[in-house]
Amino acid sequence: MRSRDAVALIALVLLGSFMIMSVLPLANMIRPFGEPVNPEMDDYIITHAQNETGANNAVTSVVFDYRGFDTLGEATVLFTAVAGVILILRRYAHG
Amino acid sequence: MIYNIPYIAVILLIMVGLYAVVFKRNIIKMVMGITIIESGVNLFLVTLGYRAGGVAPIFTNLPEERQIPGQLVLPIPQALTLTSIVIGVAVLALMLALAIQIYRQYKTLDVTKIRRLKE
Amino acid sequence: MDETSKIIKTVSSVMFPFVTIYGLYVILHGHLTPGGGFQGGAIVASGCALLVVAFGSDAIAKRVKESQLSLLESIGALGFISLAFVGIATTFFYNSLAGTKFLFGKIPPYGSNPGYLSSGGLLPLMNLAVGTKVIAGLFAIVLILAIATRKKGGRSK
Repeated sequence: MRSRDAVALIALVLLGSFMIMSVLPLANMIRPFGEPVNPEMDDYIITHAQNETGANNAVTSVVFDYRGFDTLGEATVLFTAVAGVILILRRYAHG
Repeated sequence: MIYNIPYIAVILLIMVGLYAVVFKRNIIKMVMGITIIESGVNLFLVTLGYRAGGVAPIFTNLPEERQIPGQLVLPIPQALTLTSIVIGVAVLALMLALAIQIYRQYKTLDVTKIRRLKE
Repeated sequence: MDETSKIIKTVSSVMFPFVTIYGLYVILHGHLTPGGGFQGGAIVASGCALLVVAFGSDAIAKRVKESQLSLLESIGALGFISLAFVGIATTFFYNSLAGTKFLFGKIPPYGSNPGYLSSGGLLPLMNLAVGTKVIAGLFAIVLILAIATRKKGGRSK
């Protein structure tokens, strides 16, 4: 039990140091915070969302119109979760 | 260094969640650790779409000088985060239902004592 | 320690209609302000969870059956899929109501404007369908988890 805890602690410290090293600005290796990498698709969506969709909200038009399939998959996941919870706890629901 | 604070918050959240999953013995505490990791990943996804000095991409009552696309934040990572939050809620509900069923069968919540395969 | 006091029951009964109306406002104005189906559904479901905490799971389970919530959730899911099939002449998820002269067909002028409620095409109808589904689903999860962890009478039957 003691050796397993020590190995886990060393692995966690190593992972934490890797993640922190990727954030610190050493020798201009990372991108600055406020400049996204490829904003061409988002610029197209912002300039054409009101004309093609008719909604003022760009995020809602992305969720329901430009990427409607992802919302369909998310509705299926929510339905599966409710069905799974009712299936597992069915025998404690009566009496 | 002072401008990367959201990334440091993401690293802290993931480290706290991983510590709770690896080193704790109660099932409910491990479930809480998984939820904290999921919160950190959602924050990372929203932080990737930030444009410096921008406002939300909504055109209702927007000020006049901020209508060009160079002054609005990207809308696509926010839509992906919405889906991720709902999936996190669904996974949490299933984990809690399984924890209740484990407690009814084994009468304990200690993971080192749940080793038998038949009741 | 089993029953909550009269103050808690009265205050949560008074607060429940206001929380429901605020949640329905967030669902309906999803194409003008931040919000939409999922966010407004979570608000209304938290109002229903307030009722479950205040009155106990036995009193709520007598009035709301699990089959009614399942029916409501199925109506929401089937409504969402049938709304996706409306514009099938072009493609699967086409917004065929934007630009026409029906109920939700106005296109807003480009740039900043005060929001017009009757714009947006199929988006407000999809928001209503998803909002119904999320309300019924989250309320069913909270009710089943509260019934399964009762103090006595919770053993297997």
